[in-house]
Amino acid sequence: MLQGWVIVLASFLYLGILFAIAWYADRRADVGRSLIANPVVYALSLGVYCTTWTFYGSVGRAAASGIGFLPIYLGPTLLFALAGFILHKMIRVAKTNRITSIADFVASRYGKSQLLGGLVTVIAVVGVIPYIALQLKAVSNSFAILASYPEIIMPATAGAVPLLQDSALYVAMILAAFTILFGTRHLDATERHEGMVAAIAVESVVKLVAFLAVGIFVVWGMHDGVGDIFAQAATVPEVARRLATADSPAAYGTWGTLIFLSLFASLLLPRQFQIAVVENVDASHLSRAVWMFPLYLFLINLFVLPVALAGMLHFPGGAVDADTFVLTLPMARQQEALALFVYIGGLSAATGMVIVETIALSTMVCNDLVMPLLLRLPMLGLAAHADLSGLLLEIRRWAIVIILGLGYLYFRVAGEAYALVSIGLISFAAVAQFAPVVIGGLFWKGGTRDGALAGLAAGFVLWVYTLLLPSFAKSGWLPDGFIAHGLFGIELLRPQHLFGLTGLDEITHCLVWSLLANLGAYIGVSLQRVPNVREARQATLFVGGAEAAGIPGWHSTAGVGDLLPLAGRFLGLARAQEAFARHAQQRGLRGITELPADARLVSFAETLLAGAIGSASARVMVASVVKEEPLGIDEVMNILDEASQVRAYTRELEQKSRELTRATAELREANARLRELDRMKDDFISTVTHELRTPLTSIRAFSEMLQEDPKIDLAQRTRFVGIIVSETVRLSRLINQILDLAKLESGRAEWTVAAVDVAEVIHEAAESLTVLFAEKHVTLEFDGCEAGLIVLADRDRLMQVMVNLLSNALKFVPAGSGRVTVGADGTANEVRVRVVDNGPGIQVQDQEVIFDKFHQGAATTDVLTDKPQGTGLGLPISRQIIEYFNGRLWVESTPGAGAGFVFTLPRQAGDNGKVPQGDTVPGGGRGHKLPGGNS
Amino acid sequence: MIRSRLTAQRLAFLFLLGCFFFNYPLLSVFNRGGDFFGLPPLYAWLMGSWLALIAQMAWVVESRSD
Repeated sequence: MLQGWVIVLASFLYLGILFAIAWYADRRADVGRSLIANPVVYALSLGVYCTTWTFYGSVGRAAASGIGFLPIYLGPTLLFALAGFILHKMIRVAKTNRITSIADFVASRYGKSQLLGGLVTVIAVVGVIPYIALQLKAVSNSFAILASYPEIIMPATAGAVPLLQDSALYVAMILAAFTILFGTRHLDATERHEGMVAAIAVESVVKLVAFLAVGIFVVWGMHDGVGDIFAQAATVPEVARRLATADSPAAYGTWGTLIFLSLFASLLLPRQFQIAVVENVDASHLSRAVWMFPLYLFLINLFVLPVALAGMLHFPGGAVDADTFVLTLPMARQQEALALFVYIGGLSAATGMVIVETIALSTMVCNDLVMPLLLRLPMLGLAAHADLSGLLLEIRRWAIVIILGLGYLYFRVAGEAYALVSIGLISFAAVAQFAPVVIGGLFWKGGTRDGALAGLAAGFVLWVYTLLLPSFAKSGWLPDGFIAHGLFGIELLRPQHLFGLTGLDEITHCLVWSLLANLGAYIGVSLQRVPNVREARQATLFVGGAEAAGIPGWHSTAGVGDLLPLAGRFLGLARAQEAFARHAQQRGLRGITELPADARLVSFAETLLAGAIGSASARVMVASVVKEEPLGIDEVMNILDEASQVRAYTRELEQKSRELTRATAELREANARLRELDRMKDDFISTVTHELRTPLTSIRAFSEMLQEDPKIDLAQRTRFVGIIVSETVRLSRLINQILDLAKLESGRAEWTVAAVDVAEVIHEAAESLTVLFAEKHVTLEFDGCEAGLIVLADRDRLMQVMVNLLSNALKFVPAGSGRVTVGADGTANEVRVRVVDNGPGIQVQDQEVIFDKFHQGAATTDVLTDKPQGTGLGLPISRQIIEYFNGRLWVESTPGAGAGFVFTLPRQAGDNGKVPQGDTVPGGGRGHKLPGGNS
Repeated sequence: MIRSRLTAQRLAFLFLLGCFFFNYPLLSVFNRGGDFFGLPPLYAWLMGSWLALIAQMAWVVESRSD
């Protein structure tokens, strides 16, 4: 029953059913009840990954390399485990930017570069066309084998068949027509094809069921289960070899490479990108696909190895191509219906792949290659053309025809050649070149257009040289001398042992070199400069994801009057009007006419157009109508960029200025202190001179009197000389004290620090003044002052303080009734000494002033003669000394009720313990240094 | 949902696990003769661990506990 016409009829019937499904799905989509808005449909449509290369080829690979067919399906499983990080983000980015293909994705990511989009398109077309050829070959072969039933005859090589009798030609033509019907019935702003997706999902089911049916038939119909097949295989040495996989580290390397390669291919092949990203209805469908798609791959591979082994057992000697076991095993057992079903399954695998791949490629060719060129040619005047939507569809249709034509040509020329057999992996390696720019572009903001161009170009060139050209040479299209001896006979340039790298299989070898060059150039060139404004904006959109979507793309404006006709030219006026009306509705406006001419409208129009003609072309078209032409987007962007730089500088300046202000304030403070010190020095000097002049004046006056009047009587003379002597003493005391103070303040004083008993010092000082106290009839009493109050101090200096305080007290108490009490006691930490008198006391306002230099207590002026009794330096010196030993000196006094001078010294010497004997350290804690000193 | 960070990380963990399951050091353990319920050990291991991995991925994305 399997005559040729039956097979042809079945094929057309099947394709007809598919088309009906697609048509129905499209209609459902038009009325807003999408058939494919369903995670299961999404997961099934991803099954387009399994082409005839899987359907027929897996068994062939298994027959050749045992379990080596598996990595191609393990890779996608692993990719979907990463879906949350990679796919989910890609879908989100693609939706917000209306990405229509992988070329558009790359172009848009790196600043909407037309050049980049074109390069990606070229790589994809070159890489994938052979893969399409493989599908044509599979369909035409399976048709030929099935048509020869009941014989099992391997088809003749393609080149041997006259062109018009070649079934592959008709397959190609039918597929082209079918793809045009599916893919280019109308232009969709989002470039989504609901009908096609529905048909692909159905095809996935068909091929899976067909393969499982063969598997079940082979395992349980021809044998007694899987165990039986393996047991039988083990007895045949030639077959048994297939049971184990790797014999060497290189085989494991290949294994790993294939997993890695297929991981990327299942994301970056144009058809995979189309189905997984562009056609995705709802990103949440991904979560179901995460396990369903791998499960699909698992099921379709479940019987591969048993079928391959059964085929080898059944057709020993290699007379039957292992790639056809799926079909020939049922035929050998006269299972006509099953064989036909398998053929239909193979047909679904091929049509699914060809339709999606060709639509994806034609979109890329149209949007990223042809349209940019046409729009650039002024002679065509396309930019001014009224309606381009028809032209766009026309270009895509021709692109489909040409792509399939090229596929057929490749098949015709390559024939049974090597190039066709391993083409699946060669295609995988080609699209793997997109991995750095796509994945890098999703996660790294630093990538630039130049980097992406350099990376892609480097990877592509190495792929061509290490993989594509050798495959041509092995097919006999090129002299194969350069494989063995290298280009120009240079050994290092042997394409499959580049730079002497050996021990790898050709795919791994190609990937190592091409991805190394690709990644290196991408990163290296990108790092040559910072991304420009447009690249940076796109980077934010892609890397930052949806939250960055609010960034406006345009700073210029254009009205509905310009944008609507522009969109209409590409989408058709009715569709454009519909889209604008929807946009107006979303913004809460009543109609298109109310839309304001703002940046948001321009952005909307650009995104709308991007869906039809790609983001790079859309930019150019919209740029031609936006207003403010003299100040174009680039200028605005540049201004913004400069503005942001200026902002950065300003921030820096502000910080510098804050620092300056702080420094200025410090300087001003320091200056004020210096002035204060200067003024104090002046005061000090004038006071000192004044104080010195007083005794000098009196000495001079009395001396002159003695000199001018020699007849002065002896009593008078003696009195004068006495005055002169006492004034001289006072003068020298004054000078000594000034010198002393200068020394203390400048830190040049010499200290001899040792343990000193305070009580002992008190008694000694008191003793030295006993005569003076007695002369004035003043009582001196002691309170406490027991031995053992040890401090670390300079004994002589402490004595000086004590004498000073005592003589001060003596000075101010009334003669006769005067009483001075010296008290000393100690706490755990300090020793406290008090010198209390019953003199007139000190006014509150003077209590601190008396410690200033040359200040005498105000109370003294009432009581005392006009002549000052002290120098006014005793208390300042005492305070300096006490503070030097970390003590404090102050006065407690109630005016009219006497005064008490109190000082404390730390018992444990504290910091001064570190002061070595005789060392010179800055004197005092107050830090007021005076210039000069004892010099 | 896959949007959850935790789910994405659990899946990424399964990715690493899969890389380990399906690659060199571990594969060599099963790369030998004999049989495992009538199947070659390597084949049994790969298909078994693959299915187990898929089951875990399904469990991770379908459980809505987080």
